[in-house]
This record gives sequence, C-alpha cells and structure tokens, in this order.
Amino acid sequence: MSTAESPTTAPPAAAATRGHVEITNVRKSFGATEVLKGVSLTVPPGGVAVIVGPSGSGKSTLLRTINHLEKVDGGYITIDGQLVGYQVRGNRLHELREKDILKQRTDIGMVFQNFNLFPHLTALENVTEAPVVALHRNKAEARKRALELLDRVGLKDRADAYPRQLSGGQQQRVAIARALALDPKILLFDEPTSALDPELVNEVLDVIRELATSGTTLIIVTHEMGFARDVADTVVFMDEGQIVEHGIPREIFANPREPRTRSFFSKVIEPAFNI
Amino acid sequence: MSSAATTVAQSAQQSAPEPAPGAFLEHSAAAEGRTADAAHSAAAHSAAAHSAAALPAADYSGYKLVPARQPWRWVGTVLVALGVVAVAWSLATNPRWEWGVVAQWFTAQSVVNGLVETLKLTAISGALGFVLGFILALMRLSASPLLVSVSWTFSWIFRSTPLLVQMLLWYNLGYLYEKISLGLPFTDIRFFEVQTTTLISQFAAAVLGLTLNQAAYSAEIIRGGILSVDQGQLEAAAALGIPAWRRSTRIVLPQAMRAILPTAFNEIIGLVKGTSIVYVLAYSELFYTVQVIYNRTQQVLPLLLVATLWYVAITSVLSVFQYYIERHYSKGAVRNLPLTPLQKARKFFSTHAAVNLDRAKDAR
Repeated sequence: MSTAESPTTAPPAAAATRGHVEITNVRKSFGATEVLKGVSLTVPPGGVAVIVGPSGSGKSTLLRTINHLEKVDGGYITIDGQLVGYQVRGNRLHELREKDILKQRTDIGMVFQNFNLFPHLTALENVTEAPVVALHRNKAEARKRALELLDRVGLKDRADAYPRQLSGGQQQRVAIARALALDPKILLFDEPTSALDPELVNEVLDVIRELATSGTTLIIVTHEMGFARDVADTVVFMDEGQIVEHGIPREIFANPREPRTRSFFSKVIEPAFNI
Repeated sequence: MSSAATTVAQSAQQSAPEPAPGAFLEHSAAAEGRTADAAHSAAAHSAAAHSAAALPAADYSGYKLVPARQPWRWVGTVLVALGVVAVAWSLATNPRWEWGVVAQWFTAQSVVNGLVETLKLTAISGALGFVLGFILALMRLSASPLLVSVSWTFSWIFRSTPLLVQMLLWYNLGYLYEKISLGLPFTDIRFFEVQTTTLISQFAAAVLGLTLNQAAYSAEIIRGGILSVDQGQLEAAAALGIPAWRRSTRIVLPQAMRAILPTAFNEIIGLVKGTSIVYVLAYSELFYTVQVIYNRTQQVLPLLLVATLWYVAITSVLSVFQYYIERHYSKGAVRNLPLTPLQKARKFFSTHAAVNLDRAKDAR
C-alpha cells in the first residue's frame, strides 16, 4: 500500500459527528529498528477499525501514537482536524507541553492488554479518579456517572471491590468503564482480550460490541478474528511496520488480495471458521 | 464478635429453661462430664449405623474433622519458654545488673530531657530527610538530565562522607566561613549578613547533618520503591490525562509504599540510635546524657541499660506503627487483609466461647 493514498474505513452506521482520526505517514523507530514505516489511516467519526497482524508488526505502537504515549519520528496524526501532541508555529510542528497533551488525552480513552487498573483503588475509585482530577468534575457527579458506567459493563455490584478481587474479565470491564468515564471521542483497545482465559473473552467482547454501535470511534488491535468480522467497519492488516491491506471484513477475510495477508489468515483462522 | 457471641449465649440460656442463669456454666460443664459419651454417640449415631449397614460405600458424613497434630511445635515452644525463663531469671537475680540504679535513673529529669532531645532530633531529621529524599528521588527519575545529575551528585557526596565528618564540618562552618551573607556575587552588595556561629548552633548542626545524610539514603529507598511499581500504571494514568504530580502521589507512591516502608522503618529506627553520634557536638541527647552521668558515678552498665531500655521502648512503639501503616498500604495488594493481633485475639475468644456453647448444647 502506497503512503500517498490513505485507506478510509466504510462510513459508520450511527451518524456520529466527532472522533475523526487521520493518521498521515507516521514513522517510528526504536533504536535501529523501524517499527512504523510511514503508516496512513483514516477512521471516520463513529467508525470501527480493527487492526490485525503478526506480533511485532507495529499494531500496538501505531495505537499508542494516537494518544501520544509514543512520540512519532515523522508524519502526524489529527483528531477532528486538531494535531495530536503538536502545534503549528511557522512551518514547524512544536511538541505541546505536557499539560496540553494531557488535555488532549482526555478525549482519547485507552484500554490496555494488562488492564493496568490501579490496584490500590476500588473499581469505583478507578473510574472516578480521572474525571475528578483531569476534567475537574464534581465528586458526587463523577461517582453517579461511574456507577452508571459500571452498571453498563455489568459490574455495579462490584463497585467497592479491589481489582485483585475481580476476575480478569471483570477487571477489563472496569478498565473499559474507566476509559468511558472521560466521555472520549475515540477509544483505543490494545489487545483487550489477550490476557484473558478463553472463557472470559466473550464478556469483554460483548461490552465492546455494544460500544461499536454507540457512535464512539473505536480502534481495536486484536487477535480475535471472529470478533473482528462481527464489529469492524474496516479490517486493517499490518505487517513489518506497514499497512499491507485493508477492507471491509467480508472481503478481506474471504478474498485477501495480497499473498502476505492470505498466508496470515490461513494460519490464524481455523478451517471451520465460517466466512 | 464478642457481642455476637454474647447474644448467642443469651439465646441459648433462654432455650434452656431448667437451670438458673447464674448456674448455667457449672451446669453445662457438669453435664458435659456426665453425658459426654451419650452426646458423642448421639452425634455419631446415624453415621455408625449407616456404615455398619451399607458395606462397601462408607459414609463419613457424621465424622468430625481433626486438624493435623504438630507435636514438635509443642516441644519447641517448651524449649524456647525454658530459655526465656532462664534469661529472665538471671537478669532478675544477678545483683550486678544493679536494677535499683536503673530504676533510680530511668525517669531522672536529666535522662528524660535527653530522651526528649533524641526524639526531637529523630522526628525533625527523619521527617525532613524523607521529604527531601522524596524530592531527590523524583528528580533522579525525571526526564531532565540536569535534575538527574544534581540528585545523583547529592547522594554521591553525602553517602561517601562519614556522618561524623559531616557533623563536625557543619558545626565548624564558622571556622571556614566567618559570615554567611546573601547578596550579588562578585560585588559588595549584601542584602543580609550574619555571623556563622550564631546561625549554626549545636542543634542546627545536628539537624542539618542528620537530615542531609538521611535524605541521601532515603532518596535511594524511595527511588527503589517507585521503580518497583509497574510501568503500565504510569502509562494508564498518563492516558487518562492525570497530571504528573497527581500520578506520583496518588497512583505510584501508594503502591511504592509497600516496598518503601520496611526499609524506611529500618532507617528511622537506625536514626533513633544514630542520633547518638551528635555526642561529638556535646549535644545532650539521651546517649550523651547517660555517658555524662556514668562518667561521674562510675555505674557504667546500669546507665547503659537505662539508655537501652528507652531505645527498646521507642523501637517497640515504632514497630507497632510500622505494622499498622504497612497494613494500610497493603489495601488492594492482597485479596483479603490479614487480621490484626487485636482482631485475632477477639476471634480466638469468641470462637472458644462458641465452642463452649456447642459443648453445652451437645451435653443437653
């Protein structure tokens, strides 16, 4: 895929107006290894993009550049037209100060592979922390909203439990509620089910499935191909720091154009997998 | 728990109408003795009957579970107890310990004054040392090369100089610099000027020396604690837009505390006794006071014992604090908090009360 034309996902079902992500020619190296070799991708408001690919293909790094957890070495990312992590001065992009970056991040929720819940805070405290501190919301109000969110992920009755008292699936659902508490335009999921027992995967996927119809833009890195087929507007296949191919799930799974894509899917999709 | 047990006891009393309330315990004890066999066979009755009738599939449902016995634990306990008694006996009976002298000096005004000075030095330099240490640790972990090298150099200098030398240097600062002034460098403009000897008293030199030394060590302890917290915690907090200072104090530090506290209390307890080094400044804290006294009275051992007993007392109090503070910070780190000694004791008594009740019921 050339970097000139930027793959665009199919228009979303819900008429969302915010959360337009534009990734343009993003490059990133760790030492001598170039992990992103000029990646471009557009996800329209309310779109659901699922990024798949082998380990080390740069999927997670790409995701982490979107909220500036990873600084890019080249290229840029905009959300609703606003640059992420930088501002234009003359013909240069100056990195924003930490305070402004943090402000931008409140529009971008992130869910991690290892949940990264704060273990010394209860589920409820995990969810209320950021709205109170980062958005200066009133405590009682944040609490009320947090309980609603915990209810939405099916964990209202575990609000006072500490993360270690919860199962992996429950922890990840709390982490999703925590990300939702900032009312983000965009939600990033970095392999949200990879650390879970097979039995617990579905309870998390069900929550994400429900979010996919809510109008929030979702960008999901996952190895769950069946799930990708169900929720994605666009499936993006990455390998060796580049987007090899992208398309609507039905097409890309049934008729991958590139040989690399075909060989990957032939290994990860079980023969019985019904396309 | 105990109140729950009481209510159970009361209701049991009510359901047993025959004995007068006061006679309840004696009655049940007697009943237990008399009808023990009967009660036992009644409890095991159904099980026994069943196992006798049905041959191959044994039914153990009526059996009582008996925990494994630990006979060697009892032997060990007895041996340790004998050792303790022997030591206690020799301490009590050997007249050369001169307990009378110990008792006489233990609460003497001069000793108590020294104790207060020791506590004052420990509290002030411990608190200041750890606050400064926290700042140094954050500097060392910051992204700024300037802050990192300043912090590193501080720790390097203060960890490589003997505390004794630091003390004497601070106290004799007046010899090196007669006056301390604030003004524009390389000009004659002075906003403020003071004689060094008036500024640096014994107390100031002691606090300064102990604090800076303590800061260098606690910086490393706190840094170690912070490093032990998973990187993902910082990332998650950053992704949620939580500001840096809040990330440190609310997310990382409470988790780091678990690693910091045991070593930090080591340091504080070390500092309690370490304050005795200020004797080089002729500062009359506990140890110096005791030395002065025994140089006069020649009762060396009993007076050292006075100081030791006070140190033991301080350490004991600190250990209790340590237990509860560590317990506080283990919130969420363990699935369920272990019981405190107090709660254990309560549970012990309440379950034993319950057992006695059961027995009483069985007997009836």
